[in-house]
Amino acid sequence: MEFVTESSTVNWLPMVFIALMGLSFLVYAILDGYDLGVGVLLPTDKAAANQAARDKMIYSIGPFWDANETWLVLAIGLMLIAFPKAHSIVLQALYLPTALMLFGLILRGVSFDFRTKAPSKDKHKWDLAFKAGSLIATLCQGYMLGRYVTAFDTSTAATLFALLSAICVTAGYCYVGSAWLVMKTEGELQKRSAKWAIWSNRFMALGIVAVCIANLSIDPVIADKWLGFPQVFILIPLVMLFGFMFVTVELYLRKVPMADDFGCWYPFVCAIIIFTLCFCGLAYSFYPYIVPNQLTIFEAASAPASLLVIFWGAVIVLPVIIGYTIFAYKVFWGKTSQLNY
Amino acid sequence: MFAFSPLAFINLAFIDLATETGLMLSRIQFAANISFHILFPTINIALCWILVFFKWRYNRTQDDAWLRVYRFWVRIFALTFAIGVVSGITMSFQFGTNWPGYMEKVGNIAGPLLGYEVMTAFFLEASFLSIMLFGMDRVSNRVHTIATLLVAVGTSLSAFWILVLNSWMQTPAGFEMIDGVAHVTSWSEVVFNPSMPYRLAHMLLASALTAAFLIAGISAYRLIKGDQKSSVKYALNFAVLLAAILMPLQAFVGDLHGLNTFEHQPAKVAAMEGVWQTERGAPLLLFAVPDETERTNHFEVAIPNLASLILTHEIDGEIRGLDEFKGEHAPVAPVFYSFRLMIGIGLLMLALAWLASYQFVYKKRYPTWLLKTTVAMTFSGWIATLAGWYVTEIGRQPYLVSGVLTTEEAATGIAPENIALSLTLYLLVYGFLLIAYIKTLFVMADRAVKLEATNPKLADMQQADSPSEDLNEKLSTPVSAQ
Ligand code: HDD
Ligand code: HEM
Ligand code: HEM
Repeated sequence: MEFVTESSTVNWLPMVFIALMGLSFLVYAILDGYDLGVGVLLPTDKAAANQAARDKMIYSIGPFWDANETWLVLAIGLMLIAFPKAHSIVLQALYLPTALMLFGLILRGVSFDFRTKAPSKDKHKWDLAFKAGSLIATLCQGYMLGRYVTAFDTSTAATLFALLSAICVTAGYCYVGSAWLVMKTEGELQKRSAKWAIWSNRFMALGIVAVCIANLSIDPVIADKWLGFPQVFILIPLVMLFGFMFVTVELYLRKVPMADDFGCWYPFVCAIIIFTLCFCGLAYSFYPYIVPNQLTIFEAASAPASLLVIFWGAVIVLPVIIGYTIFAYKVFWGKTSQLNY
Repeated sequence: MFAFSPLAFINLAFIDLATETGLMLSRIQFAANISFHILFPTINIALCWILVFFKWRYNRTQDDAWLRVYRFWVRIFALTFAIGVVSGITMSFQFGTNWPGYMEKVGNIAGPLLGYEVMTAFFLEASFLSIMLFGMDRVSNRVHTIATLLVAVGTSLSAFWILVLNSWMQTPAGFEMIDGVAHVTSWSEVVFNPSMPYRLAHMLLASALTAAFLIAGISAYRLIKGDQKSSVKYALNFAVLLAAILMPLQAFVGDLHGLNTFEHQPAKVAAMEGVWQTERGAPLLLFAVPDETERTNHFEVAIPNLASLILTHEIDGEIRGLDEFKGEHAPVAPVFYSFRLMIGIGLLMLALAWLASYQFVYKKRYPTWLLKTTVAMTFSGWIATLAGWYVTEIGRQPYLVSGVLTTEEAATGIAPENIALSLTLYLLVYGFLLIAYIKTLFVMADRAVKLEATNPKLADMQQADSPSEDLNEKLSTPVSAQ
């Protein structure tokens, strides 16, 4: 591989942009992850108690979902801008699942608004659409991740892997969603959320283990990256950290609600750590490829001059975005209450 | 060996056919997506500023009716926003999938512009939107007003960036081609390309007119249904006055826009005016049926010399005809008709806005026939806006970026079956959403009519269809608490 281009002074740009893009995808997965998870978990039957639970659950994500989804626009936008070749290869390879995922996101997004504005007899239908949309988007994202990780291989094994990944990602989103609810709700709903969190936590853990094993056995290069000497010494504490979080979260969730709601943020914080570590793991496995085994980030990058223009924009704008995102979270801090216009 | 077998030829022909259909389907899909998408931003770009105005009126006058107007329309804003956002996300995925050649060739220019849109505009809107919509009880009135203002700024900013890009595609400037790829030589020339100021002004005015007619139409509907609240009349009067002021301005800006196009994209103007042969003293065609095969018009209804006068400011000024651009110009009929549709609706808007301002605002009379006409014109802005975009976009064909990149070069290699599948999916969803949206607007209006409460916190509220649930909670919050 030839990484050195004629203008090596700006060779750091692709690195910066892959970091920015990766960060956007990660933030998206965590933030819209909990929105989608909450959507997937919505109870379906018409009983009044469940209607109340649905209302509460949707109120809890109401002020956030829009901004959360924008991280996907940023991530895809950065890929389009900084790595246009990768954008076109990846999205053409994943054309149909992408279309289906967009369908899911459309359904979820509009249901959120229609449910309170359509005639009240239709509210339940929009709630179901909300759930269906979230589930479709979640499954598609997992499936796409699986396809991507196996380098768009079309063998049966790869398809099975992608399906496994669809289920794991759904479990992961359900976990972060229910952890969000444990943090944002109280009473009966909080207890229910804790139960959901216990189950999705188990499935997620199973999924992570399965994906790790599959991934290590598929690709010897990746296996060497992790199991070779001395890298394997990073792996051991990581495994221990995962194990510790899994056990403590399970123990904590069984006790919810604790007095004074002690530690209600703990499962959510663990979710952030788990998502971040998994994401870094993937990034480490694939570096320097942006399309696995096909295209490196350096080959895919656009002209340095254009990247520089966006870079300076990002340097100024991103901190501001993060600033007012924090502000918005502070305004809606604490347990969820009803949303009124 | 295989290369000479007849099978290979059939195969080749088939591949050609496949890319052809792929191109057609891609174009239909892109056009469907963006046509659907633009409907909602068009309303919201201006509606947001109008909401700032309502909020400001309330702050100034402390008249609860203004707050009620604000609350009713902020909910419609939210609904519109949601559909705008989800259809917009679809757009951002389409660039790479359906037009890979586009980014390869002009990505160095399109990329940063799109990037700035996401970074400066979308996050601004999306983050402050929640405070604007749900934050009234959580932040001070002042912070809430500022949040509303910031959403308005963000929405307009995103319109700015995307229109910069679109204008650049129409009248590219500030770049050079190196090895078939566009590289920027001057960002200020890229941003302030020749058609940008006109397109931006024309589009922002289009948005204001669309929102004004929507507000007028829904308010007139509420009046017809017997709504006695003063807030409805406030909204109606405001909307018709706004339209009455902006419509002449729009015609003026549109004229300037046309002159600009005449200078930079003469082939488009030739198609808009139906001028097949270069001529001096060209007539203005009020109506005609352009015939692409015979390259002439049938059934012309024309005003002599007027087109030349408008475009060149001389009675016998020269207009270059389509014959000078043979094989390089757009299909004439859609451009020609769309242009007349836009102007026709613009004139109708002008007539209605002036008449209604005179009757409603000046005479304080609300005759039913005029109210009904106003309701009929509720979505006229949508039609004019789409017609306008069709003129602009189809008129630019066969180019995607004038003189730089043809639509065909940018097309995708995705299997047509897949595009057909996704297209069907999108069309079904969009059709359904459009109906649901329009229906919901009137459901919300009906619900607001039924609500006779005098408490503005209660009026036009979310749970209006089951007020008993929340009545106590709402009533216990004093109005002044906001
Ligand atoms: C003149 C205005 C205009 C035009 C021509 C376009 N848009 Fe748009 N777009 C907006 C005006 C707008 C907006 C007013 O800013 C929206 C609508 C609702 C909203 O919240 O923002 C928006 C939303 C919106 C979103 C969702 C952003 C979010 O999450 O808040 C995306 C991804 C796009 N657009 C992308 C596009 C693309 C790729 C376009 C062209 C090819 C495009 N838009 C044309
Ligand atoms: C927002 C309002 C817009 C509408 C309603 C609209 C409508 C259309 C239509 C109808 C076509 C099809 C033309 C044809 O096939 O002959 C088209 C083409 C196209 N437009 Fe626009 N357009 C809009 C804005 C934009 C913007 C802002 C961009 C760029 C960022 C853009 C990029 C394109 C591209 C890439 C095509 C090529 C596809 C094609 O030629 O069919 N459009 N548009
Ligand atoms: C009656 C006066 C009007 C005139 C003279 C006029 C003129 C024009 C012209 C010449 C274009 C084509 C620009 C190009 O060459 O690319 C255009 C486009 C357009 N028109 Fe109009 N127009 C008028 C009214 C309206 C109204 C009432 C609306 C909507 C409410 C509208 C919305 C648009 C839009 C959205 C476009 C496409 C975007 C653009 O290129 O700016 N116009 N108009």
